[in-house]
Amino acid sequence: MTSVLELSCVTCRFDDGATVVEALREVSLRVDQGEMVAVVGPSGSGKSTVIHLACGLVAPDAGQVRILGEAPPAVSWRRGGATLRSARGYRRWWADRRRTTIGVVHQRLNLVPALRAIDNVALPLRLAGWPASEALALAEEALAQVDASDLAGSWIDRLSMGQQQRIALARATVGGHQLVLADEPTAALDTVGAEQVVGLLGRLAESGRAVLLVTHDTRVAAWADRIVVLRDGRTVDEVTSGTEPDNRATAPAGVVP
Amino acid sequence: MALRDALLLLLAEGTRHGYELKTEFERRTASIWPVNTGQVYTTLERLQRDGLVEPTAADERADNGEHGRSRHDRRRPYRLTDHGRTEARAWLADEDTGAPPRDELIMKVLLAAHSDLGEAQAVIDGLRHRLLARLQRIRERQRRAPDTLAARLCSDALTVRIEADLRWLDLCTERLAAEAAATGAKGRPGSPASTTTPERARGSRGKR
Repeated sequence: MTSVLELSCVTCRFDDGATVVEALREVSLRVDQGEMVAVVGPSGSGKSTVIHLACGLVAPDAGQVRILGEAPPAVSWRRGGATLRSARGYRRWWADRRRTTIGVVHQRLNLVPALRAIDNVALPLRLAGWPASEALALAEEALAQVDASDLAGSWIDRLSMGQQQRIALARATVGGHQLVLADEPTAALDTVGAEQVVGLLGRLAESGRAVLLVTHDTRVAAWADRIVVLRDGRTVDEVTSGTEPDNRATAPAGVVP
Repeated sequence: MALRDALLLLLAEGTRHGYELKTEFERRTASIWPVNTGQVYTTLERLQRDGLVEPTAADERADNGEHGRSRHDRRRPYRLTDHGRTEARAWLADEDTGAPPRDELIMKVLLAAHSDLGEAQAVIDGLRHRLLARLQRIRERQRRAPDTLAARLCSDALTVRIEADLRWLDLCTERLAAEAAATGAKGRPGSPASTTTPERARGSRGKR
């Protein structure tokens, strides 16, 4: 299996001048191609920081983040600050990854209300300089993958939360992004809507992408191939689907899990 | 709940014979509780003895109008008596099963949350692990099993119960942390000084 995202022993501190908070402590996490991993934990456990690290919005204080096996160029430090040149190189590396490899679905979807659904999906490609016709063709493909072809011409504010979530998912995967990061993608949805969205994320994983899902909802997390439990910035547990012995051997086969 | 309650309820909808009762019961409950036909017949006999059901005249449903069937005749249809109808309604309306809340999970945590809070947290972590694994198994099954309304309702019921348990375990963790902070105990869950390292928590799980 090819590792698409790998966090090795990552520590992340936030310093507001007065106190230092360790958001993550020596967290290791790996998401392979074709795999959906869910990170669960109470608020303040460091879940969102994992997403921010995975798309380069936050840099680790220790440890390494790798995308498709590659680490960003090292930042060199001089007199208490990063050198401008190395910081630029680092930022450019991550910007490239976000353009070509990483799609993010934010908790607030950040869709553009002035654009129709399909133009929202095509937007990242247009910004990256793709010609309009190709961008639209790929956007159509991405919409079809989340069963939202019929919404292509709709204005964003006419769509339900569940439909908007689909558009955001399509935008995160347009152009063949291999890593999908979703931050609480079901927070605004009812149970059935949440099930549909997480079902779509599962399908994206089945189609060969790597999906990292952050949620406080264990019901949603249960659809993932692997559940990682965070508490106070540490990994306290990891549950992989199909590896746990079922100690209810006495239950009738195929009935009660 | 006893099988008798379910049979009364199904018979309240109309006349049915034993085998029909068995298959309808299993279909409607997503086979969560498989019963054998023998059980159904014994229960019907008991219900008849108590005056809650009565066999219909054989020719009411049978084509050949034959009399003197054996009591094991699978096609002998039963119907509710008025008394049975009252019982069925009463059962459906009563939410209190009368069972004391002696849940295994609750007992385990209560007995573990005694002096060594770090050890108690390890127990909680182990239980959470098992519950998460069980949630995953429910999902797996949901993905593979035929998608019927009964199956959905059934996995929903199992899921929300596990969610409630997980939520409670999270609260336990919070309470233990608060307790440890208040008493200044060294076993504060989740802290670097904790006596329960993740490795240790994992180790105790492995033994189970």
